[in-house]
Amino acid sequence: MERLILRRVGKPEDEMLINFGPQHPSTHGVLNFLVETDGEVMKRAVPEIGYLHRALEKIGEAVSYPGFMPYTDRIDYVAAMFANEGYAIAVEKLLKLEVPPRAQWLRAISCELCRIASHLVAVGAMASDIGASTPLVHALRERETLNDLIEALCGARLTYNYHRIGGVAYDMPTGWRDRVLKYLDHFDTYIQEFDRLISFNAIYVKRLANVAVISKAAAIDYGLVGPNLRGSGMDWDVRRDAPYGAYPSFNFEVPVGRGFQGTIGDAYDRYFVRMLEMAQSSRITRQALETMPEGETMAKVPRKIKPEAGEALSRVESARGEMAYYVISDGTDKAYRVRARTGSFTAMSIIEDISPGLMVADLIALIASFDVVAPEIDR
Amino acid sequence: MKVNDIHEKLMAEFGDAVGPLTEPKIDPFAVVKGDRIVDISRFLKTTLGIELDHCNVISGVDWPKRNVIEVVYHLFSYRHRHGIVLKVEADRAKPVVPSVEGVWKTANWMERECYDLLGVEFTGHPDLRRILLPDDWEGYPLRKDYQEHGGYHGISNERENPLVELRRLDEKRKAERPPAAPAPQAAPPAPSTPVAPATPAKA
Repeated sequence: MERLILRRVGKPEDEMLINFGPQHPSTHGVLNFLVETDGEVMKRAVPEIGYLHRALEKIGEAVSYPGFMPYTDRIDYVAAMFANEGYAIAVEKLLKLEVPPRAQWLRAISCELCRIASHLVAVGAMASDIGASTPLVHALRERETLNDLIEALCGARLTYNYHRIGGVAYDMPTGWRDRVLKYLDHFDTYIQEFDRLISFNAIYVKRLANVAVISKAAAIDYGLVGPNLRGSGMDWDVRRDAPYGAYPSFNFEVPVGRGFQGTIGDAYDRYFVRMLEMAQSSRITRQALETMPEGETMAKVPRKIKPEAGEALSRVESARGEMAYYVISDGTDKAYRVRARTGSFTAMSIIEDISPGLMVADLIALIASFDVVAPEIDR
Repeated sequence: MKVNDIHEKLMAEFGDAVGPLTEPKIDPFAVVKGDRIVDISRFLKTTLGIELDHCNVISGVDWPKRNVIEVVYHLFSYRHRHGIVLKVEADRAKPVVPSVEGVWKTANWMERECYDLLGVEFTGHPDLRRILLPDDWEGYPLRKDYQEHGGYHGISNERENPLVELRRLDEKRKAERPPAAPAPQAAPPAPSTPVAPATPAKA
């Protein structure tokens, strides 16, 4: 069988053809790149994806509406809260359901804690890919406490299945608020420690600054979202600009890449935007804990969820950028079509076009700075 | 700009190639003629005041009852914060839709995914090949009448429920075991010293 991907690269006599992946520690999952190189300089890197395709969209058509919620966890297991939330909001839109305020606040808190956890993995793994292995250990240590907190909230550490259509599964346990606040006090100072540890390290900055620059226009054209889009200087955040849930009630800033150490839109900007975002997430969590309203955590939802025929699109700001669920109902108790739009998928599509001229080692910095998660690409 | 205004501008520019906007039950959409989709997309992206620069999602939906495959475009403008949903209907027997890759680059991979899972052929696409499934996969899984094959290159995709297998093993073991002897009246006293291991026989 001829691999059609080979038509995208030149003849192997002229250049060296290297298979980067599918099993490679810095591909963040199972990804394959066909790299056409001339010495250390790449002529082109063609990504090949699909190794983790589990047909989740097809499963969404086969199970009931609430039954798909655990599957959404598997779309992005590093930041599963957002996948839960996006799907829940889409079905609530179909049902025209109002979520009680306390549930919306709990959603915001759980999502922001999850965003910190996900960004910790992103920045830690990025440092590890570049060659500094200590920051990853530090970041995972911090994430451990966050996992404990989320476990106390919903009983799971990675695949949360916490959000429900119409609310959230559980109210927060006794004493949880103080535990979170105590951790955030520690975390706010910890960010500065992490910055001292790696962010301003001269070698680290040199490896990332001015590498793989993506202009604002290209970022929009290729559909980059989230920190990758903001790293290119685009001031856009779904939480602020197309608000949903409890977010209109909170004050927070949206960090944007400004060329912190080099050009706007380089790998360092994408990295540092994530660092700044973690501080903002901590700020949102504090506000949410302070202004938490009393009341129910679930709306009145019929036992059998049967939305009338129609279609809805929900947009949430996931840790990897805008996540959209497009759900079509035909009036039965199963969705007619579920479509998940993820940030990693579109981020991967730009790699082939910005890879020419990059060094092979910079490809790793590029993938790491996109913070792609393989199951989110393939679904 | 509201979605109705965008739709009116489209109607004024393209006439009957643009269908009516559906009732805004939840998210309204407009069905447009497939052969004009590239012009319409370019118009929506470049016209001042509309500037839909963010092609958010391109999805395919199979409707066997109406014998069409819909390609759905969710478009959005970062500057003006408005958007519209367009749909193109293609014949289910041979779905062909022009590619909008020349308008939004992100359409490249989204159309490849749509081709991969629903078999829609996008004319003018520079690199139309399967993206999630292997090159030699047969059929289009997101179609409603898709039938799974028995496997892929000898890898079976069918498996018996492991619990059934366990129960069968249990029953087999039960059948082989001799009937249990009646329990002794009193348990024998436990040996106070551990039993010395048998000395190995000398060769």
